[in-house]
Amino acid sequence: MSAPLTALERDALTELVNIGVSRAAASLRKMVGAEVLLSVPSVEVIGHRRAAALIGEREAGELVAVMQEFSGAFHGRAMLLFPQANGLELVRAVLGESMAEADAVGMETEALAETGNVILNSCLATMANMLKRSLTMSLPRVVRGEGTFLLAAEGEEGLVLFLYINFSVRDRSIRGYIAMVMDLTSLEALKELVRDFIERVMGDEGA
Amino acid sequence: MPVKVLIVDDSKLARIVAGRALAALKPDWERVEAAEAGEALALVEAGGIDAVLLDYNMPGKDGLALAEELRAAHRAMPIAVITANVQDEVIARARAIGASFIAKPLTEEGLRGFVSGAALRLRSGGA
Repeated sequence: MSAPLTALERDALTELVNIGVSRAAASLRKMVGAEVLLSVPSVEVIGHRRAAALIGEREAGELVAVMQEFSGAFHGRAMLLFPQANGLELVRAVLGESMAEADAVGMETEALAETGNVILNSCLATMANMLKRSLTMSLPRVVRGEGTFLLAAEGEEGLVLFLYINFSVRDRSIRGYIAMVMDLTSLEALKELVRDFIERVMGDEGA
Repeated sequence: MPVKVLIVDDSKLARIVAGRALAALKPDWERVEAAEAGEALALVEAGGIDAVLLDYNMPGKDGLALAEELRAAHRAMPIAVITANVQDEVIARARAIGASFIAKPLTEEGLRGFVSGAALRLRSGGA
């Protein structure tokens, strides 16, 4: 493995993701009007296929993904993933219960793209700010398919940095994942920034 | 006896950040750390802890559940929950428990109010 993370780098990266996703959860909470529950983030350097399989193994059915590519000092793909059946439920939660079924269905893709955009931007912007680098985000795309297919969309080989976290909405059948995938070139650049971040926040104790 | 503060966070980095901010505000206060709820409860049980700073999102028992348990046994202990998760329900639960809510990323400024309040409460408690 060319770019493993030290224990402290992994710790710092997990904490960055945790803070980013916590902010994102607060944004989602405003949109759906109910508490958003989060798991503890997982940060792993694994084979690309293994990353695809990680979600694929847990989710048998079709998934919906809102995907955005980010680029700048490091680049990769951020995703909001949830079971296909949850898509409409999320849209209803965002648009309000009063919306007619047909209207909600008609707006599903657009509403998912916008919801994903708010959540993923909130998460990545928080992380970028803490790392003191700006990131550019592409427009959101809504893609449907199996977990393995969605995560393997680029058909890459080799190791990737795979970050993911589970979320659910209290009292509603909405749950899913926020995930980020970066290749090893980006991991090198990110490690550099994480080291700077550690130095900034720890000062002399980081030495 | 100096005030002793327990810092609970699964992230070592976050514990160091909290420790530094606290040291800047109260250089004479002692600091102890725990990486999860069980370790924290054992330390508090053993005695000598005056105040606690708790991370919210931790593996196993989260910071609010831990705060609730600590509050049940220590009615006057200053407790703060530190998180970037600024959802109304999280803030409301912290309030209901009688814990302060402090935003992550933690700064000296963010911690100042809680620390001043804790210092006052501990003094007036005549520990």
